[in-house]
Amino acid sequence: MEMHKRVHARNLVAWAESRPEVLVLSGDLTSSCEIDTFRDSYPERFFSMGLTEQNTMSFCAGLAREGFVPMMHTFAVFMYRRALDQIEMSICYPNLRVRMFGFLPGVTTPGGATHQATNDVGVFRTLPNLTVLETGDATDVESVLDLSEQIDGPVYIRMIRGEIPRLFPTSEPMRLDTPRVLSEGTDITLFTTGICTEEALRAGMLLKSKGVSLEHVHVSTLKPFDSPQITASAAKAAHGVVTMENHSTIGGLGSAVAERMAEAGLSRPLTRIGLGDRYLHGSSKRYLMAEYGIDAYGLVRRLEEVLGEPLGITAEEVAASPVKTYVSEGQLEAL
Amino acid sequence: MTTTAEHWQTEIRRAARGVRLRVLEHTIEHGGYLSQACSSAEMLTTLYLRAMKLGPSEGPMIPPPFGKDDVPGAGNPSHHSGAAYNGPKAPHYDRFFFSPTHYALSLYATLIEVGRLAPEGLAQFNQDGSSVEMIGGEHSPGHEVNGGSFGQAVSQAAGVAVARRLKGEPGHVWVFMSDGEFQEGQTWESFLTMAFHQVDNLTVVVDMNNQQVDGRMSDVMAIEPLPEKLRAFGAEVVVVNGHDIEAIQAATETEHPGRPLVILGYTSPTQGLEILQERYPYLHYVRFKSEDERRRYREFLALKRSEEVTGGDA
Repeated sequence: MEMHKRVHARNLVAWAESRPEVLVLSGDLTSSCEIDTFRDSYPERFFSMGLTEQNTMSFCAGLAREGFVPMMHTFAVFMYRRALDQIEMSICYPNLRVRMFGFLPGVTTPGGATHQATNDVGVFRTLPNLTVLETGDATDVESVLDLSEQIDGPVYIRMIRGEIPRLFPTSEPMRLDTPRVLSEGTDITLFTTGICTEEALRAGMLLKSKGVSLEHVHVSTLKPFDSPQITASAAKAAHGVVTMENHSTIGGLGSAVAERMAEAGLSRPLTRIGLGDRYLHGSSKRYLMAEYGIDAYGLVRRLEEVLGEPLGITAEEVAASPVKTYVSEGQLEAL
Repeated sequence: MTTTAEHWQTEIRRAARGVRLRVLEHTIEHGGYLSQACSSAEMLTTLYLRAMKLGPSEGPMIPPPFGKDDVPGAGNPSHHSGAAYNGPKAPHYDRFFFSPTHYALSLYATLIEVGRLAPEGLAQFNQDGSSVEMIGGEHSPGHEVNGGSFGQAVSQAAGVAVARRLKGEPGHVWVFMSDGEFQEGQTWESFLTMAFHQVDNLTVVVDMNNQQVDGRMSDVMAIEPLPEKLRAFGAEVVVVNGHDIEAIQAATETEHPGRPLVILGYTSPTQGLEILQERYPYLHYVRFKSEDERRRYREFLALKRSEEVTGGDA
């Protein structure tokens, strides 16, 4: 598995070079949100807004009304919690082209409950006009800018940062409301988002070796959520449908899948793996992923429950298992 | 008759009186935000008739209806904006952002008095399916943004002002606010930001009527001394009597390089309608409950109208 550092920092500068309408705003988290390179490259298009998040969201709306494409960067909690009214009334109501880059989803920060965005998707999925995207690898992070450009309205992007894996080939960019089918199978259908996709891929080889036929689908668009792929994949599952997300089990991917299954009259047991109905605490990402069961081993244990039988996979085996990526393997047909 | 005054003062005084009496007439029958018309009439009419450089209205004299399919969205890219009543968007024209949208009735009455809206348009006020809403939305005549959640319009206007500076547009940005909005944290974030980014193509005009829903602001959550606070936040501040149209106009011409201009117009919530004093300080929304009350206010309205004919100052 290839790892890449500060993908957004590098990518944004190259992408924005030929787009003078793109402005970047920072809530005093310029390096933390990987926009320091943008600031140094295009200082006239960079706005330091300090800790004025409510003001900043409305300010972005004003810039967008005049034809600019403001890209607000801060930790997600300081947008969806602190400035929700501004996001709703200044940005979403008038359907303005503001892009909100929300960093530190769920367990990706040791900063504790104040910094962990654990219910942002649930809140944002209820906002009219807003598109909600989540990145899961370097290719997602690189291609989400092109995708956002196609959306004539506000966009929220759940961002990952720092050292991140490349799970998908650069030739296969993120597409709107188009889930990626990573493996096909008939026992269990597993939908994952964000950092949970890497974990599911870590478990994938072991599950296959135990004879589990797994349909694994990576979701990057959480609103709209209309792709026929969701019910098509869910319908294949003989034993049940499972969702895994770095988010509350209320309002996010699991809820979205449940809504689609219910509307389609699709009767399958649904297991929602997530952070539960609780606030977290400050610890390392790996520690929290294990504690809340959103890592590869936690997934294996829950799949055993769904299948009703032990798989005989140990924690040590999971830890030693390589992540099966789709970078070199190419198309799904080859899998 | 104020025959010695210049034409523009006469025109503004006529319009301001018209705003008050129009809103009073409406309030007697339906209830309404009447005290806000008393306090803001001179500032709104001075802005529209003298201070702001607006093109001719592009809105229909009778406002169009509004329904569930008319809100902005990907499926409705051509939704109409109440800003059409403030003329076309063009580099050399000013832009107007109306923040305390419960003052909508005062703004509609102003638009009528300055010839941008038909008097019949007010008949739609607060009617089901109308765009002439009680608390204005961005589709309501004269409105560009949903200001009703306080403190958001000034931040949005600041974004517009910075965008216009980036584009090299000479037009100015005007924001009308109420004093209650200075209890909102976002308002102060906005002034901090405008000073830091040296926003000087923007002027805020504030109705300092010392009123909020629960009564006097000084009893609910005091904001004074506001001029000193705003100066400390980097704004150029001019304090005027908000009913003195010449002082208001002079204040709008204040130079304010590198910083926003704030005009604090201290006003009375019963100005021109002395009978309202009997309700002081509970004036946020006026509704007459008895026929006897309505009769007394109708008689008062008739008296004021006769004064208008004979040239008395409202």
